[in-house]
Amino acid sequence: MPVYSDKVMEHFTNPRNVGEIEDADGIGEEGNPVCGDMMTFYIKVKDDRLEDVKFKTFGCGAAIAVSSMVSEMAKGKTLEEALKITPQLVADQLEGLPKNKFHCSNLGAQALHKAIQDYLSKHKKGGNDHGK
Amino acid sequence: MTKSYLDHTAATPLLPEVREAMMPYLGDIFGNPQSLHDWGDGAREALEAAREQVAGLIGARADEVVFTGSGTESNNLAVKGLALAQQGKGKHVVVSAIEHFSVLHSARTLAKWGFEVSEVPVDRHGMVDPDDVRRILRDDTVLVSVMHANGEVGTIQPVKEIAAITGDRKIPFHTDAVATAGTLPVDVIALGVDALSLAANQFYGPKGVGALWVRKGVRIIPLLDGGIQEGGRRAGTENVPAIAGMGKAAELARQHMAERINRLVPLRDRLLKELAARIGHVVVTGHPGNRLPGHASVCVEFIEGEAMLMLLNGKGIAVSSGSACTSRALKASHVLIAMGLPHEIAQGSVLFTLGIENTDRDIDYLLEAMPPIVDRLRQMSPLYDKFMKASRGGN
Repeated sequence: MPVYSDKVMEHFTNPRNVGEIEDADGIGEEGNPVCGDMMTFYIKVKDDRLEDVKFKTFGCGAAIAVSSMVSEMAKGKTLEEALKITPQLVADQLEGLPKNKFHCSNLGAQALHKAIQDYLSKHKKGGNDHGK
Repeated sequence: MTKSYLDHTAATPLLPEVREAMMPYLGDIFGNPQSLHDWGDGAREALEAAREQVAGLIGARADEVVFTGSGTESNNLAVKGLALAQQGKGKHVVVSAIEHFSVLHSARTLAKWGFEVSEVPVDRHGMVDPDDVRRILRDDTVLVSVMHANGEVGTIQPVKEIAAITGDRKIPFHTDAVATAGTLPVDVIALGVDALSLAANQFYGPKGVGALWVRKGVRIIPLLDGGIQEGGRRAGTENVPAIAGMGKAAELARQHMAERINRLVPLRDRLLKELAARIGHVVVTGHPGNRLPGHASVCVEFIEGEAMLMLLNGKGIAVSSGSACTSRALKASHVLIAMGLPHEIAQGSVLFTLGIENTDRDIDYLLEAMPPIVDRLRQMSPLYDKFMKASRGGN
């Protein structure tokens, strides 16, 4: 077996928040199949907070565990807080990732950030739409 | 928990008879085969008996067999040793694109030493076309190395036809027969090759021992300098217990080859047929008919191999994968890419290699355990999602 931490194995075997949000407020994709991993994050935003986060991931055990961990870390956070989630923080929460997987599989934070950017670009055009 | 070991290309279990044959040399008969006293004689007799047994497996003369430390070492010795011995005649070397790394990287080292290396491509079934070899040969070609069968996709290569071409041109031809020797009939004379590598752990022998057969009269430069062991072609005190084990494993492989093949082929065919029927979107890799007896390699679309491997391991099933994620270098299998498979398909690589201890029960268990795993990973996969939406949209 690859040298994964117990935490990675736990998230890989029981990933949280797998799925798709039909009427997502933002969608972010990261990775490509050539390097092996692809992640899509879906977010639902309410009052500047991530009310719901779901993901779909094509990739190895590490990629699936990373996605699961990112979704768990992000849920309930404000957009500003969620944008501060870094690959290093994700790896730390997972009790480490194998060195060779750190860059390749650790794309969850970027995919989440892209979903947030997607939301912001759609919703900030007409100014603050919090009252919507 | 039920357990099914389906990764015989990585390692085979040691047969009890083989272990028995090794035991005396891990015990009382500990002498150095090069010693001139009785202790040495006992070890030397074991060494020479094993040489006869290995030669018998491949239709060779015993004095043409050099014991090495692995299939990898055999391939290194063949590729570098044969090329170096010929470098007065030229510096062009030909290998296929799907060779094992021990051949490809040896060729790369030769390139650093001033040789020129050409790679022969393969078709989508992983097959080398002998005409491609013919076209790539030059006046200064001093070595051709094409494997007998590929361990990742199981395709058996037209070695005899290639040997006819190189033979006409008097170019030494090496074949890596690690995947075939001890599994399929291999006869060095009938094949017409000049050098052939084999490894004991592919046919229920111990790890850490291989052999290189070199036709008498073909020059080879040793890689290890030292004593005169193995006719001066491989210095270093011989690994007598492992060599004795390889000899016994070779003898048993020769005796039981037909019955082993007859057991493995139906199991393999059943696995490939029923797995594809149960999970759908499965690409069988390698040649559909001309493949190793116990070898079933596939790519499962929309999901990745390492994730499958780990979940199968959780169910007690051992397999391997050529996906980028399973390799240390994070590169998809060079074999699958050389066959023209797109990266996202190659990522779904799973390799089942059956052995003589497997039965229909192992296949039943795999066919029961694998579909829910595939389904679960597909439900998680954005690629599957896109595929399903596209196919719905198309209706």
